[in-house]
Amino acid sequence: MTMGRSVVARAVTAVVLGLASVACLAAAGGDGVRTVHVRIGYSAFVPDVIRVEPGETVRFVVRNDDPIDHEFLIGDETVQHVHEVGTEGHHGARPGEISVPAGQTVATTYTFGGAGSTLFGCHLPGHYAYGMRGTIQIG
Amino acid sequence: MVRRGFLVVFVIGLALAVSVGPALACGGLINANGSVTLVRTTTLAAYHRGIEHYVTSFEFAAGADGEFGSIVPLPGVPTKVVRAGDWTLQRLVLEAQPVATDLAFRAAVPAALESANVILKTKIDALDVVVLEGGGTAVGNWAREHGFLLPPDAPEVLDFYAERSPIFMAVRYDADRASEQGLATGDGTPVHVVIPTPNPWVPLRILALGAGPQAPVEADVFLLTDREPTLLPTPLAPGGRLVRGLVSPGLVLERSQEASPTLLTDLRSDKSMKWLPGSDMWLTYLRVDAEAGDLTYDLAVDASGAGRPSYVAAGLPVPDAGAVDAIRSLRSSVWTALLLVIVILAAATLERRRARTPLA
Repeated sequence: MTMGRSVVARAVTAVVLGLASVACLAAAGGDGVRTVHVRIGYSAFVPDVIRVEPGETVRFVVRNDDPIDHEFLIGDETVQHVHEVGTEGHHGARPGEISVPAGQTVATTYTFGGAGSTLFGCHLPGHYAYGMRGTIQIG
Repeated sequence: MVRRGFLVVFVIGLALAVSVGPALACGGLINANGSVTLVRTTTLAAYHRGIEHYVTSFEFAAGADGEFGSIVPLPGVPTKVVRAGDWTLQRLVLEAQPVATDLAFRAAVPAALESANVILKTKIDALDVVVLEGGGTAVGNWAREHGFLLPPDAPEVLDFYAERSPIFMAVRYDADRASEQGLATGDGTPVHVVIPTPNPWVPLRILALGAGPQAPVEADVFLLTDREPTLLPTPLAPGGRLVRGLVSPGLVLERSQEASPTLLTDLRSDKSMKWLPGSDMWLTYLRVDAEAGDLTYDLAVDASGAGRPSYVAAGLPVPDAGAVDAIRSLRSSVWTALLLVIVILAAATLERRRARTPLA
């Protein structure tokens, strides 16, 4: 009986400790990667200015509250131009480039280079011109 | 004149970027491969004893595989949607712009609801018509799921309308039926919507959907009412002069007069137009000539004679009671001060005259 209680107590302790460690990892970003939440509403990014550290790896969780599809594409002006004139229908294969369907949340992880700044935007027809863009300050 | 509660609102004409003569109104959002196709549509709404008759002509445009259409915000739930007469709209254009005959004939041719409810579905010639009830997001979702590619301003604009009236009419040409019927680009199909509603209005902001802020939006708006209507926002007189009241960028009052018996007779002789009184109507012709970024309002019409068009119907912020009271108080103070000045001047004048008059 005593032995049985001991086993149960150990099992409960193990579960509690396991859950606690999972919780701690989540709070810390798990792998140490910082999470930045971005919301899209009325075809605008919130926030539209994001600060990161040089060399930092950031996990962007992008939530689209609009009834229309959007994109979240990180890159400098050249990259933005390529997407603006490009015909790629869906993004998700490359880090920092995701399609975010209407009403959904999609995440992407991106590692930044040295100090400076870069951009993010949506290049579905007319969206970038409408103002769907933002700046990432590095450093 | 026994003409109570009758209103005919006619919107005709929209041209974005390229304008040719009396343009035709765009009923709402259009799409073709993600970009806004400037398919022109024509709209007529009528209001008589709580029933609004709304007539819209949708213009066919080939080459988009049928994947284009319009969404028109409506002030209430329609009881029926049928084919309208063929030339009512053109006749009005002719009335306002009799010189441009050739161009006129060219033109001939709830916010909280989470999911959109289809409350009416019908086919009119090659058009598929669906009336929806739902919030902006719900209607946007429905449109997306049914092949409409909405422009980036659609979420905000749909909410703008859904917060006041969560009823929308989605219209799209069926490419196969259009082909069978031999429709060519520019051919129009007029649609007549009957809507019981206590509060008619003319959607104008929807005309700018998908257009850049500087894009020109042009439309002709005709009103036929039982008496001279009061409008909100107040239009400018020709030449940009303010008529009275609030400034309305891009809304110009071109004509305000008794409708001619000839016009009314002609309109009544078209299909489905017998509801129009044969006499004693007031014709108002307004021209929308705005940059898309300025077209942030709709047109509220009060044809009851009360002279109080609705701020809500116009999509304008309702002035708070305190501000109104303050304005009234200020007006009252100004009049009082003016009266005092007049009294003082009069007294001074009298005093001077008395002083000059030699004593007897």
